[in-house]
Amino acid sequence: MKYALLIYGADLVPETSDAEAREGWIEYARAAKEAGILLGAEQLTGTDTATSVRVRGGQRLLTDGPFLETKEHLGGFFLIDVPDLDTALDWAARMPHTTSGTAEVRAVRTGMAWQAALG
Amino acid sequence: MGTDGDPVAGALEQAYRDEWSAVVATLARRLGDLQAAEDAAAEAFTAAARVWARDGTPPNPGGWLMTTAWRKAVDQLRRNRAVAVDPQQVPEGGAEPVDEVTSVGGDDQLGLVFACCHPALALEVRVALTLRFVAGLTTRQIAAAFVLPEATLAQRLVRAKRKISESGIRFEVPGADRWTARLDDVRAVIYLVFNEGYAASSGEKLIEEDLCEEAIWLGRLLHRLLPGDTETAGLLALMLLHHSRAAGRQDPGGGAVLLVDQDRTRWDRALIAEGTAILDAAVAQRGPGPYQIEAAITALHAAADSFEATDWPQIAALYGTLARLSPSPVVEVNRAVAVGMADGPHAGLAILEPVLASGALTGYGPLHAAHADLLERAGLAAEASAAWARAERAMGNAALQRELRRRRAAAAGSE
Repeated sequence: MKYALLIYGADLVPETSDAEAREGWIEYARAAKEAGILLGAEQLTGTDTATSVRVRGGQRLLTDGPFLETKEHLGGFFLIDVPDLDTALDWAARMPHTTSGTAEVRAVRTGMAWQAALG
Repeated sequence: MGTDGDPVAGALEQAYRDEWSAVVATLARRLGDLQAAEDAAAEAFTAAARVWARDGTPPNPGGWLMTTAWRKAVDQLRRNRAVAVDPQQVPEGGAEPVDEVTSVGGDDQLGLVFACCHPALALEVRVALTLRFVAGLTTRQIAAAFVLPEATLAQRLVRAKRKISESGIRFEVPGADRWTARLDDVRAVIYLVFNEGYAASSGEKLIEEDLCEEAIWLGRLLHRLLPGDTETAGLLALMLLHHSRAAGRQDPGGGAVLLVDQDRTRWDRALIAEGTAILDAAVAQRGPGPYQIEAAITALHAAADSFEATDWPQIAALYGTLARLSPSPVVEVNRAVAVGMADGPHAGLAILEPVLASGALTGYGPLHAAHADLLERAGLAAEASAAWARAERAMGNAALQRELRRRRAAAAGSE
């Protein structure tokens, strides 16, 4: 099954800061790659650079900022393919930020009609 | 149907008790979907009511139900396949000849237990799932036991079933690396059900016996499936020994009777014998743990002819071991009571002091009751009376509140 491991935290690893956190993520990414479970992973820019888009009555409305103003925000994600939730939870618990932040584990839906359009 | 109806109804009822959970377990494992398993099992029982009345009860009702339920499930999958984007989504078992479907019994049921008690589900959801699908209680019965609207509980179960199937919780026995933690979770759910029945903390009635008996039933099942697991045996022994006192814990008016005042002739000797035998067999295997220690403490109470004649030094020592193995303020309260009996009230008060100072259990009635009793025996009547009042306020159970009010009045009277 495919799972998205969503990375939530207040202060998420800017490349230049905390060397220990940086090493932790490098190690994690390498381990996931070597285990053959990794489908993709991305780190997002900060919510202060976010632009939120809504279309109401044909009008495009832009907001300078994130959809939700929260203390812990989405900083990135890993997409993995593992046999079951237990394994996904193990990989989530290994994420370096989980000692202070949160990893949200969500299974990915398959077989949806729109996905057939992707071929 | 007339007179023929009764034996069939009886056979159906029997089959429901004996086979429903096993049918659901086997189907859930094959389908990976508890809702589909439940639906197919329901269809099989509906079919049984019709076919058995016409043709008589089959020689192997469980096998009949399993095969029929599987056939119903396969039919449903074929209907779904027509709309599925990916026909390969049909589980692998789908191509098997239906007549060969048999339960692998224990493994399927154990897999169901582990799925229902999965730590990714909220604790109250685990309890509801386990009672519904392992113990076979109806939604209405579970809702009544937890004083919830039936619709609320039904909704909770629907969401839980969806989470299990969509999030990839497996109906399988976990591997060696997860085994200990997951089994701890299963035992915790069963013990929670028991305690909910034992304390019935929010209700008028002191003992919700049904929940206690369901928990014991679950404990027996787990013990039968895992006969070599000493802590599972310890849990079963603990519940049996606690439950042996059920009749003694309540007076005819429904009031609570504290251990010290209980009529020990009303304790169930058969349950005590069974619990003690299970505990002895577990302890002999030398895999110690908190449930076995608690069971040993309860067994010592059960073996004593009176409160005073209880082997308090041994109980105090066991609480000491328990405090080292799984320390908690609640264990300290119990240890204080035992030490207070073994070595006098001042020794007990000394243990209680840090618990009281920490403020961790301020709302915990038994803490204040233990405190009050120790103060009373230490000759500090005024302090004892104040502690009885705190105990009464903290107790949610009406029967216990009445008992404490009585004790408080008695303490005040002796001042």
